[in-house]
Amino acid sequence: MKPAFTIFALITLLLLSYGLYQALVAAPTEATMGNVQRIFYYHVPSAWTALLCFLANFAASLWFLARRSPQADAVAVSTAEVGVVFCTVVLLTGPLWARPVWGIWWAWDARLTSTLVLWLIYVGYLMLRKFSVGGPNPVLAAVFGVFGALNAIFVFMAIRWFRTQHPQPVFGGGPKSGIDPQMKYALMVNWVAFLALAGLLIWLRYTLERVRQRVEEAHAMKSLVEPEVRIRR
Amino acid sequence: MKFLYAAYAVTWLVHIVYLVILTRGFQRVRDEAEELARK
Repeated sequence: MKPAFTIFALITLLLLSYGLYQALVAAPTEATMGNVQRIFYYHVPSAWTALLCFLANFAASLWFLARRSPQADAVAVSTAEVGVVFCTVVLLTGPLWARPVWGIWWAWDARLTSTLVLWLIYVGYLMLRKFSVGGPNPVLAAVFGVFGALNAIFVFMAIRWFRTQHPQPVFGGGPKSGIDPQMKYALMVNWVAFLALAGLLIWLRYTLERVRQRVEEAHAMKSLVEPEVRIRR
Repeated sequence: MKFLYAAYAVTWLVHIVYLVILTRGFQRVRDEAEELARK
């Protein structure tokens, strides 16, 4: 493992520990919801990180379609997979907050439904890559990724465009939006920590994908050479 | 509090499971590369 990776992993671990302290101890308790509001410090940064991963997948998909670069393909699959991981966290922590606050686990409103659809799109993207054997599957996946990103924009805007059960935006949602500065600090620390974690996971997944591509190339080369060897014999 | 702890636990569980999947992926690719080198 490269020393840069180890240093990055240590920094991420420190950030995550500090974020946990900020979320559970330092941030003030919300007046109406109580301690359950602290789920917000993991739920919201996970959602923002997932959306950024899907936007990175969009950029990598365009890059792949333009250049057919294996590096672009590796970035695309890495960002999609890590985006799905963070989106899974969002879909699990959301209902755990909703149950005590709303009295229900789920509501089929624009934000929640579009987030579920987004998750399904990228799970579909990953399945398309994994299970289609041979053929131009990275090309199909890249096209799929480009369209998937459109839904990511819809998810982000859903609480601005529609009246939803989901709370209205905390930032940039008009004069009534905003939170206590200490809460904002805890939120931002956790977002930075989750971005670092996403960066670390993408780095690992990218390395794995590049190694897998090389092994696949070696297999292809071997299968080209082997018939020749048989003919000579 | 149980919902709060459940949310935090589930977050870490998802990330840990993904790390395990990645580690197994590395192991599988390494085995494949070694097998390829042996042939």
